Amino acid sequence: MKILSIAFNTFRENLRDKLLYNLLIFALLMIGSSIIISKLTLGDFDRLMIDIGLASVNLFGVLIAIFIGIGLVSKEIDKKTIYTIVSKPVARYQFLLGKYLGLLVTLLINTTIMTGGLLVVLWARNVTVEGLLFQAVGMIFVEFMVMTAVAMLFSTFTSTTLSAIFTLAIYVIGHLTPDLKTFGEKMDELGRLVMNGLYYTLPNLERFNLKGHVIHHQAISGTDLVLIACYGLAYTAMLLFLAALIFERRDFR
Amino acid sequence: MGVGGDDVICLNRLSKTFRVGFWGKKVTAVDQVSLAVRRGEVFGFLGPNGAGKTTTLKMLMGLIYPTSGTATIFGYPIGTPQAKARLGFLPESPYFYDYLTGREFLRFYGHLFGLRGAWLERRVDELLEVVGMAHARDLQLRKFSKGMLQRVGIAQALINDPELVVLDEPMSGLDPIGRKEVRDLILRLKESGKTVLFSSHILHDAELLCDRVAMIMKGRLVACGHVSDLLAGGATQEAELLVERLLPEALERMRSFAKKVVLQGEQVMVVLASQQDVDRAIDLVRSVKGKVVSLTPQKASLEDLFIREAKGAREPVEVAA
Repeated sequence: MKILSIAFNTFRENLRDKLLYNLLIFALLMIGSSIIISKLTLGDFDRLMIDIGLASVNLFGVLIAIFIGIGLVSKEIDKKTIYTIVSKPVARYQFLLGKYLGLLVTLLINTTIMTGGLLVVLWARNVTVEGLLFQAVGMIFVEFMVMTAVAMLFSTFTSTTLSAIFTLAIYVIGHLTPDLKTFGEKMDELGRLVMNGLYYTLPNLERFNLKGHVIHHQAISGTDLVLIACYGLAYTAMLLFLAALIFERRDFR
Repeated sequence: MGVGGDDVICLNRLSKTFRVGFWGKKVTAVDQVSLAVRRGEVFGFLGPNGAGKTTTLKMLMGLIYPTSGTATIFGYPIGTPQAKARLGFLPESPYFYDYLTGREFLRFYGHLFGLRGAWLERRVDELLEVVGMAHARDLQLRKFSKGMLQRVGIAQALINDPELVVLDEPMSGLDPIGRKEVRDLILRLKESGKTVLFSSHILHDAELLCDRVAMIMKGRLVACGHVSDLLAGGATQEAELLVERLLPEALERMRSFAKKVVLQGEQVMVVLASQQDVDRAIDLVRSVKGKVVSLTPQKASLEDLFIREAKGAREPVEVAA
């Protein structure tokens, strides 16, 4: 119950944050602009609209996850609001989980709104919508879960600015991990070990990207979907566990 | 400093060493502090800025882990949920969630104690009334003044009707009216049987309120006990005598035994060290037909003790390699 109270309070904090609305408006503008861009294209405009639409949902969701996620804990420490929470009978991991769940609820609502915007645009241009599109959005949300956990992990031990830089770096590298492996194969023994290590420890975010499947109407099997989701959830759980370990040992000076 | 069953807070050689700077230099902020706060008393935790008061309180609240030593609250080790369940804490110059309204703010803290429903709603309204903030129940905290924040801060510390209230510098930054209100509130808490521990560097407040005080300097406990006992230890018999129409030769004779003689226009202020000197001075004034304007005994105050201890504790902050 305490976790839910903290989650609700975090959600309320997000709702009263201007950053959220700015990002949401930009996302909707970008999705809407795909109508204009598609008019400049010869044929295949539905592909372009789905591509731009899903990319916008992904990008702006990740931006919300990162820029609100990095402040979740470090802002509480900087503003000393954490003093009044930790001095109550609340375990530190409960605080962390509550903050995480609160942002996840915010992201869920945002994703729903952005997807709604995309559906309106597609409907306006008479593009048929397949179930695959929703599967893709679902996987984008799993990616948000991972990225929020990454942002939160960094914010338990470093400043807001550094957290932002690290989390953005993880996001970019996370989409390029298959390249790391390919790079490694062309290096010497040590290089291959390092690159393989990175390949297996960093999140493979490209796994959550089903845009290609939607555009090319390639169905994805249920088992694959479950495996990808499990990978995301397991990775998130590990990050949260690490964050809780670090947070538990911290002195709030 | 007994460790009987009536001790609400018990510190046993509690120490905290911080690592500061790039090289992780060790700085001892709190050095082997042992003391006990008894049920139902108002206990003042005094010391200059940077003495280690806030660090000690933060350790009690589970915000900072002690380097060595132990402490219990209601018999439970500090930091455990049981230790925190029956206490209320107001941090120093508190910062709160400024996007919440007064009522949402208190409700949230109530939830953290597992309080819910009609009882909590009643408690929130009651507390806003108690701290005089009923008019601001639907106003966001970002629009509050410092004094208003301090008041809702105290309200959040009382949301669970705690048996022990810990306040870190509750009077700092408040105007005289605000300070009086906080003092009254502390006395009301004491009347209703609560234990109050507060830290302060404003000694006057402590003298008015506390049953017992502890004084900490450079992380070390230098004095602990009843205010009256501590003051008796440093009691002075000093008196201030104000006279008029004192002839110059009488003034010279006065200088021979007075501790201090200050000319203030027509009047002369004489500080005398003992009752004997007071008698002598009055006889002298009478013999030269001078006029005694006033005689004020100088009561020993915590301030004297404070300054005396501060002088004694002049060695630098302990820095280990």
